[in-house]
Amino acid sequence: MAVPAYRGTNNLQSLRTPNTSRATLWRSKQPQFDSSHNLPEYLEAYQSASPPLASPVTLGVFSLIIINKAGGLIYQREFQAGLRNLSTNDYLVLAGTFHGVHAITRSITPKIPISQPAPFPATSSTGTTVPAASGYSYPNPGVPVSGLDYLETDKFRMTCFQTLTGTKFLLFTDPLTGHVDTIIQKIYELYADYVMKNPFYQIEMPVRCEAFDRHLGAWLRGRT
Amino acid sequence: MAAPPRHATMQSISNGGIAPGIDKPQTQQTQQAQLSQQSPGLRVPSNRKTIYDRHLNRSRNTELSRASFAFLFGEMVTYAQRRVTGIQDLEKRLNEQGYPLGLRLLDLLFYRSTSTSSSALSSSSTSSSPPNRPLRIITLLHLIHGPLWRLLFGRAADALEHSVSPDTPNEYMITDNDPMVNTYISAPRDMSMLNCAAYVAGIIEGVCDGCGFETKVSAHNQPTELWPSRTVFLVRFGDPVMEREKVLERAGVK
Repeated sequence: MAVPAYRGTNNLQSLRTPNTSRATLWRSKQPQFDSSHNLPEYLEAYQSASPPLASPVTLGVFSLIIINKAGGLIYQREFQAGLRNLSTNDYLVLAGTFHGVHAITRSITPKIPISQPAPFPATSSTGTTVPAASGYSYPNPGVPVSGLDYLETDKFRMTCFQTLTGTKFLLFTDPLTGHVDTIIQKIYELYADYVMKNPFYQIEMPVRCEAFDRHLGAWLRGRT
Repeated sequence: MAAPPRHATMQSISNGGIAPGIDKPQTQQTQQAQLSQQSPGLRVPSNRKTIYDRHLNRSRNTELSRASFAFLFGEMVTYAQRRVTGIQDLEKRLNEQGYPLGLRLLDLLFYRSTSTSSSALSSSSTSSSPPNRPLRIITLLHLIHGPLWRLLFGRAADALEHSVSPDTPNEYMITDNDPMVNTYISAPRDMSMLNCAAYVAGIIEGVCDGCGFETKVSAHNQPTELWPSRTVFLVRFGDPVMEREKVLERAGVK
C-alpha cells in the first residue's frame, strides 16, 4: 500500500493525540471550543458523507503493519490489489520512522495549566522549574499518554493501536471505513491466539505463522 | 517392537512411585501434610481435602480453558524441541510424552464408562461388573474413536478407516479434521512435515498398549481445502496382535 502514506503527507488534515480530544476537562476549561460537538469538524464532515452505519461497513482495509517494541517491522500484509508496492527495505524504514514519530508525539502531548488559587509567588522567583512542572498536567490525567492515535488524509486513514507490551498495530483503511477499533481489536485477538500461542514463534521476530495469515484473511474477507 | 518393554517399565515406575507412600505410617503422613501446609510449595486446602480426596467423577463434565491448554502444550513442544536432531526425533519425543498419559487415561476411561451404566457411584473398587476390556481390534478402535476422543476433546473423531491395501491389513486410520492440539500451532515452512498431534498419537499408543494391543501410532498431515489441519492417525498393530485376532475370530469372540 503506502502510496497514500507518502503522497498524503502534503494534504495532511489532522494529527490528533487522543489525550487532547478525549478530554472533557480540556473542553470545559476552554470555552472557545464548541463543546456541543462531540467530534472534530473534519470527522463530522465524513460522518455526514458516509452512509448510515446500519451494518459494519468495511469499505476497505488496505494494509496491516505490525511493529515490535524495538521499532522493527515484524509483519506486513496487503489486503487489496492495486496498491503500489514498496520494497522490503522501504517497509523497514517506514516502521522505524513511525516508531520514532510515535515516540515524539507521545512526548509533545500538550499539557494545560492547572488553575491554582496562586498563593505561591515566591516559588517563581527562585527560578526553578518546579512551578512549571507542578502547574501543568495532561488534560485527562486518568488516561495515559498514548501518542499518535490516527492520521487521516483524504485518501486513507492510518490507525495505530499499541498493546500494553509496546507492540504497535498499524492499520491503513479507507477514510470512510467504520468500526476501525473493532477491526483492530479482532486483529489483536487473532495475533494473541495464532502468533503468541504458537510454540514455533520467537518473540520479537518476524511473524511467519500460516494459521494467523489464514484466519486474518478469512475474517477480513468475511467482513467485506 | 519396542512397545511392550516400554509398557513394563512404565508400570514398574508407577509401582515404585506409589510404594513408599503406602509403606509410611499414618502419623507420618499427617505430619507431612502439616509440613506441606507451612511450606509454600504444595498447597493444601484448609479443610485438608486434596484433589485425591475428591470423587473421580467430580470433574467429569467440567471444562478446561482452551487458552491455558494451548500455552501449556506450546511449552511442551518447546521443551521437546530442545536438543532434537530432526523432525522425526521431535515427533518421537512428543509421542513419548503422550504415551504415559494414555496408559493412565485408560483406567479413568473404563471407570467412567462403567459408572454411567451401573449405578455404582458410591465406590469404584466394589463395582459389581468388571469393565469391558476390548478384546478385538474393532472394539478397541471404536473405544478410541468414540469415548476416548470425547473424554479428551469433547467430541468423537471424524473417521475410522481400514487400510484397503492387501499388503497392510494391520493398518487402521483415525481421522481428526481439526485436532485441538494443533489449533494455534503453525509449523515453520522448513518443518512442514511436522505434526504436533504426535502427542495425541502417543496417547492412542498408550491406550492400545494398556489394553494389550502392541501398536505403533503416527500422526500425518493430510490437509484439505476445507480442513487445513486435518490429521490422520495411522495405527499399525504388531504381528502377534494380528495372529491373536485371527484366533479370536475363529473362536467367535466379540
